[in-house]
Amino acid sequence: MRNIMAIAGKELRAYFHSPIAYLVLAIYSILCGFFFYSITATFVIESFRLQMGGGGMPPINLNEMIIRQLFQGILTVIMALGLLPVITMRLYAEEKRTGTMELLLTSPLTDLQIIIGKLLGAMGLYMVIVLLTFLDIGLLFLYGNPEPKPLIANAIGYILFGGALLSLGMWLSSFTKNQIIAFVVAFAFFLLLYVLDWVSSFSSTAVGKVVSYLALPTHFENFTKGVIDSSDLIYFLSVIVIGMFLTARSVEAMKGRP
Amino acid sequence: MIEVERLTKRYGPTRAVTDVSFRVEKGEVLGFLGPNGAGKTTTMRVITGYIPPTEGTVRVAGFDVVDQPLEVKRRIGYLPETPPLYPDMVVSEYLAFVGRIKGVPRADLKNRINEVSEKCAIADVREKQTGHLSKGYRQRVGLAQAMIHNPEVLVLDEPTAGLDPKQIIETRELIKGLAGQHTVVLSTHILPEVSKTCERVVVISGGKVVAVGKPDELTRRLQGFETVLLMAEGPSGEIKERLERVGGVSLVEQHETSDGRATFEIHAAKEQDVRAELARAVVESQWKLLELRSSGMSLEDIFLKLTTEDLTEQKSEDTSQKSENGSSQT
Ligand SMILES: Nc1ncnc2c1ncn2[C@@H]1O[C@H](COP(=O)(O)OP(=O)(O)OP(=O)(O)O)[C@@H](O)[C@H]1O
Ligand SMILES: [Mg+2]
Repeated sequence: MRNIMAIAGKELRAYFHSPIAYLVLAIYSILCGFFFYSITATFVIESFRLQMGGGGMPPINLNEMIIRQLFQGILTVIMALGLLPVITMRLYAEEKRTGTMELLLTSPLTDLQIIIGKLLGAMGLYMVIVLLTFLDIGLLFLYGNPEPKPLIANAIGYILFGGALLSLGMWLSSFTKNQIIAFVVAFAFFLLLYVLDWVSSFSSTAVGKVVSYLALPTHFENFTKGVIDSSDLIYFLSVIVIGMFLTARSVEAMKGRP
Repeated sequence: MIEVERLTKRYGPTRAVTDVSFRVEKGEVLGFLGPNGAGKTTTMRVITGYIPPTEGTVRVAGFDVVDQPLEVKRRIGYLPETPPLYPDMVVSEYLAFVGRIKGVPRADLKNRINEVSEKCAIADVREKQTGHLSKGYRQRVGLAQAMIHNPEVLVLDEPTAGLDPKQIIETRELIKGLAGQHTVVLSTHILPEVSKTCERVVVISGGKVVAVGKPDELTRRLQGFETVLLMAEGPSGEIKERLERVGGVSLVEQHETSDGRATFEIHAAKEQDVRAELARAVVESQWKLLELRSSGMSLEDIFLKLTTEDLTEQKSEDTSQKSENGSSQT
């Protein structure tokens, strides 16, 4: 445990001692703030129009309109494609470049401790992002009263979603010394995971179903609706474990040819 | 303390190290001497558990590096060829991190950092980023890092590379001071370095061990001899005596024996091919001759490839030592 925390602390420290953390947080909060503002503004205009029209429309609700749009839409796409690869690209690539892999692998640590430590470090930075998002959303409580329960579901979904991609990104970072390559590969891989569910729109065969099951949005959607489904939990947790397992395999292979 | 047995390491098709065996006793300082590409780094990486052996076994303090890697790693301090620094960490922060992952108890950490900083003369750069240090200081921080958990065994890959003459002398003193309490393996391609710091030398070239012995012994017999390796089955003491009596043979050294087989390293005058005589001697005595080959390269050829100049000598005032080295090189 102490070993894991030492590695996690080192990773977190590295993020905040380099421009990476600040860059990621700045870009994210600007974009998040902008979308939040524009979606809220649309919401306000819509609700005015409804009030003026006064027709028999059902009352629109904050959760549906703002929060879900925010999460399901552009925000997660930006997270997944743009920012998470920036967080994961250095995890192994940097150690390989500076030769510090040799330090870690000759220290009395197990590969698993290193892997968990690194993932926790990356999660640490990610949690700051999650926190920022929910601070923005917290503003809604000042002006309206969104239901808290769906919000919690959203938070859990968002954390699991990040954990899964961070785990896979860590794996992809273990193949190269070059952080840019690690970024590009993770970007492409996450994009693929994102668009897999398009398959379901043109193929209803068994293969099509399996492929769309693997897609990220399929599993994220329920959380944004405020529903926590155990199959979605299992999906994300399995992806986290698989990412760690693949990383372990890759580190093992690395030892043969440093 | 360290037992390397028949170690072979292949990288794909290339053999970096072939059938290397040697032992290091507790408290000993062993030099690992060889020209570039000899396989020094590869062997050290296997000892420290960084890469697994292709064949053969390595044990440290009785623990096998493959089966009980954590036990081995706990006992080893390792300075790799390039010091493994995190460029954005400050030296003291870096040492604290290494201390933590090496298992130094929290309460001792501060003391340990102070102690190694003093020993390696890095106290004045403790608050500097490691990425901003000069090569020599990086090397010293690397050395401090290797000693942070006060390990029984120190494996140092070219510890004096990049240091200035004064620092080289200091580092050698430091290493000599470690003898006794610590077991040290250090690699170098600088011939005079081993005679100054090591009690015993393993000379390696082309991935094979070509000579083992005390540094002065090695330098003495370096000229004009050819080395023949012979493996035979039989009473090793008698075989050795018999081989010594073959004409032209000047020295017979016995290596590790396993299941009744003994390997001998035989040095003979260069102009004489003693192999036929050696073979006859073994066969006539009814022992089994298993292998007989010229080691291909004479010690002299190998030593020619080594760096024989010592940076510190230009400044050294010890002239007697200087002439001693000078004569052995000519
Ligand atoms: N990762 C690797 N992949 C392929 N071959 C390698 C690898 N590492 C080392 N080798 C080869 O193994 C041989 C031994 O290399 P090694 O680094 O052990 O030599 P060395 O004695 O440390 O040399 P130097 O004095 O230059 O440091 C060399 O021929 C080298 O090319
Ligand atoms: Mg080397």
